[in-house]
Amino acid sequence: MLRICCLLLCMLLPCNSFAESTASNPELTSAISKLPKNSLRELPKLIETIEATESPKIKTILTSLLNGDLYYIRANKQVVRVVKNTEGLYDQWHILTDEQYPAVTKSKLKKIRTNNSIRGQIKSVLALLDLSHKDPSVRLEAVKRILDNPDKESTARLKKRLAKESDEAVTQTIQVAISVAALKFGSLEEQIAAVSVLAESLEPAANNVLSRTKESLTEKTAELAEGETLSAQEKTLQTAVNKALDKIEQKRDIYSFAENLFFGISLGSVLLLAAIGLAITFGVMGVINMAHGEMMMLGAYTTYVIQQMFPELINYSLFMAIPAAFLVSGLVGILIERGVIRYLKGRPLETLLATFGISLILQQLVRTIFSPLNRQVQAPDWMSGSLEINPIFSLTYNRLYIIIFSLAVFFALMLILKKTPLGLHVRAVAQNREMARALSIKSDWVDAITFGLGSGIAGIAGVVLSQLTNVGPNLGQSYIIDSFLVVVFGGVGNLWGTLVAAMSLGSMNKFLEPLTGSVLANIIVLVGLVLFIQKRPKGLFPQKGRSAD
Amino acid sequence: MKFKKLVAASSIIASSLVSQMAMAADTIKVGVLHSLSGTMAISETTLKDTVLMMIEEQNKAGGLLGKKLEPVVVDPASNWPLFAEKTRELLAKEKVDVIFGCWTSVSRKSALPVLEELNGLLFYPVQYEGEESSKNVFYTGAAPNQQAIPAVDYLMNDIGAERWVLAGTDYVYPRTTNKILKAYLKAKGVKEKDIMVNYTPFGHSDWQSIVADIKKFGSKGKKTAVVSTINGDANVPFYKELGNQGISADDIPVVAFSVGEEELSGFDTSPLVGHLAAWNYFQSVESDENTKFIKAWKKYIGDKKRVTNDPMEATYIGFKMWAKAVEKAGTTEVDAVSDAIIGVTVPNLTGGIAVMNANHHLSKPVLIGEIQDDGQFEVVWETPDTVIGDAWSDFLPSSKNLISDWTAPVKCGNFDVTTAKCSGQNF
Repeated sequence: MLRICCLLLCMLLPCNSFAESTASNPELTSAISKLPKNSLRELPKLIETIEATESPKIKTILTSLLNGDLYYIRANKQVVRVVKNTEGLYDQWHILTDEQYPAVTKSKLKKIRTNNSIRGQIKSVLALLDLSHKDPSVRLEAVKRILDNPDKESTARLKKRLAKESDEAVTQTIQVAISVAALKFGSLEEQIAAVSVLAESLEPAANNVLSRTKESLTEKTAELAEGETLSAQEKTLQTAVNKALDKIEQKRDIYSFAENLFFGISLGSVLLLAAIGLAITFGVMGVINMAHGEMMMLGAYTTYVIQQMFPELINYSLFMAIPAAFLVSGLVGILIERGVIRYLKGRPLETLLATFGISLILQQLVRTIFSPLNRQVQAPDWMSGSLEINPIFSLTYNRLYIIIFSLAVFFALMLILKKTPLGLHVRAVAQNREMARALSIKSDWVDAITFGLGSGIAGIAGVVLSQLTNVGPNLGQSYIIDSFLVVVFGGVGNLWGTLVAAMSLGSMNKFLEPLTGSVLANIIVLVGLVLFIQKRPKGLFPQKGRSAD
Repeated sequence: MKFKKLVAASSIIASSLVSQMAMAADTIKVGVLHSLSGTMAISETTLKDTVLMMIEEQNKAGGLLGKKLEPVVVDPASNWPLFAEKTRELLAKEKVDVIFGCWTSVSRKSALPVLEELNGLLFYPVQYEGEESSKNVFYTGAAPNQQAIPAVDYLMNDIGAERWVLAGTDYVYPRTTNKILKAYLKAKGVKEKDIMVNYTPFGHSDWQSIVADIKKFGSKGKKTAVVSTINGDANVPFYKELGNQGISADDIPVVAFSVGEEELSGFDTSPLVGHLAAWNYFQSVESDENTKFIKAWKKYIGDKKRVTNDPMEATYIGFKMWAKAVEKAGTTEVDAVSDAIIGVTVPNLTGGIAVMNANHHLSKPVLIGEIQDDGQFEVVWETPDTVIGDAWSDFLPSSKNLISDWTAPVKCGNFDVTTAKCSGQNF
């Protein structure tokens, strides 16, 4: 007896001390040592093995593997966690002991490969570990991860967690997850109870499991022999499921309408920004400026240059780019006005051709300076991601900010035109040039400034577009037609008309798109517009009075 | 006497002149037909440089048949009808022996009648929709069964996709490819309601509603995958929108056929990690040939950051094959080279051997890669063996009985195996 005890002690002691010294155990060490040689097919099993060791190290190992920071040293197959340092070398740490090795170049290391399904597996494992995380948002993420595909083990863990959970949102989601599992694996009573919980949830997983239950019940009915019917309980379940699905569907319809509206307004606000500068140069001054799109392009490239100049200030680059783009495009606009357009006053056809030529020159200039390839403009962190209102309705931040921003630009411009001396002069010259000159307004100077203002706003639009689309020499071309459409539709010379036109064109497009596809939606909107202009050649809000002619 | 001398002298001068002219004609002219301006310049300029690099290497190694190679570069400017004119210029005026060129299918279709009329020789290096086999064209890019079909197989078998979004740009390559894929999926038992097809114009930039639709389509309880034939720079806002709406690769993976290293270069790929692309070549594949090729390319172009991509490998293989065939035939005459090239082998850059088959298509390995955060691809799946390119898809009713075989006795690009007739209509 004593000898056995001794033996046991002997076996335990070294084990313990080993565990303390390296925070590891032999199973984990052997599993880790297998990582470099493993093929993608065998990796899931290995991850299960690692998970089963329940070592505190699991989380670091799996997170590194998930993020692609887990490498092995080519020479000795030692698994390390790496971080790229500022010199472009890789700092490395032993994955189990955290001992740091000297930094090396990438060629000395080889990444441990993962693929989508393995990353999914790792996320599920990590989700179970995160269930007791102290941050409620992490817990919520974890529950949502499990929600998609709960199995018996994870459900048991969720039930345990539910008892301790204090956060309301997490509690609700856990209940949904447990109900999803109940509907999947539970008895008929449990299923019926689960349906009532799921009917209130907008989680896609709830909808999924309900539709699947509905399908399986329908199949069951179809398989029944003549004269047989579903049991009373099954029928209750069927009606409950149908009701729940209807309820969810109704809510979904409302939200999908809201979503389309949001998309429409966001497209409208982009159109507004693109068109508003044109509304001034074309609408107020009557100059057909084909190089308007290129002013936007210059704005977008200004953003690129600013980001290149201050690479560590990406999060603030847009705030710097807005005034810079306004200045760059505005100055180029003034140059064009002074150099070309003023000599062509009253000759719209020549102006059109000349500005078209300028647009080609500007494009080629950009091609020569920046290469014909698209340039990458980074999105600041605060511009990416989305604001989740509920599981099926979320607003992307970039679009949200753009809507707010373009409205702000619009009202600022209104203010300038209505409340400042400059605005007064601009309106005076637009209405009656001769009279304005007689009142000692320098109409030439006003023309230049107005053109600069319109171009500068196009530059600001370019900053916004750099966040949405490719920054390349052809950026402007894709928006010039749309801009003209908006201005003509809204009524030349009327800023409010531009706002209404942009928003209604955007919404029309987005409501048609799910029905017809984007190609046909564009065509329908265009045909509608042509018909409208036939009927009302002066647009939605025609200018009235003598100055209109 | 004096007169005789004069005659002799002048004859010497004349003969030397003639021989000089002969020397000038004694190069092998290689036509390069890639757009160097316009929308396609982004992609095609790279291929022009690749051909020039190959010519330079070949000349360093002593040229071909004892002659130097001389490149003749023309610019069809992304203007499809101009491809026909420039082909005529290359063949009739410049009298080139071979042409490397074209990217879009519509440009190839434009050049094709001229090639057949003047009996030219074109090596076409880009993946395409198939349904074509001309005796004057060698297709070194992938046919649908070498790219699209294996990618769908991967999604179906390894990822377990059951619902499918076929999203593409609105032109001939995506439309034909999607037609083939739809027929293939249906043959595999996928129901009509589980397939969503969507087309967008070139350069589409507002992807909000389409991505929202994909999200909705994907939240019906079955694993959903997107097969993307979206072309060109419309991909950037598409992937951005996917990221912003929170669709990650493990929710709804997107497999793309037109997104490669070149398209991803200089683009922040961190939101794209895990999305897929199917190609026959990735720069990240480790092999001696590939390392050599990448090194040579970076040196030639003088930029350490430049990447290599699949159409470049196709150009490389096509050029090497042509050179081998010329040596085998002992002439650059088109018919002789066309006969000699069948069966010629060249090592792939990714390992294995590429063979030119009787249907003017190559045998290629198919690789599926996942996008990494450095803009490169990590291979997650590959076909165990090389796949023979199939000119006529087996999954379309109109072409399932057709084969292409340019060797005797069939000698036909469009041979109906059931009626044993050759329609002669090769495209």
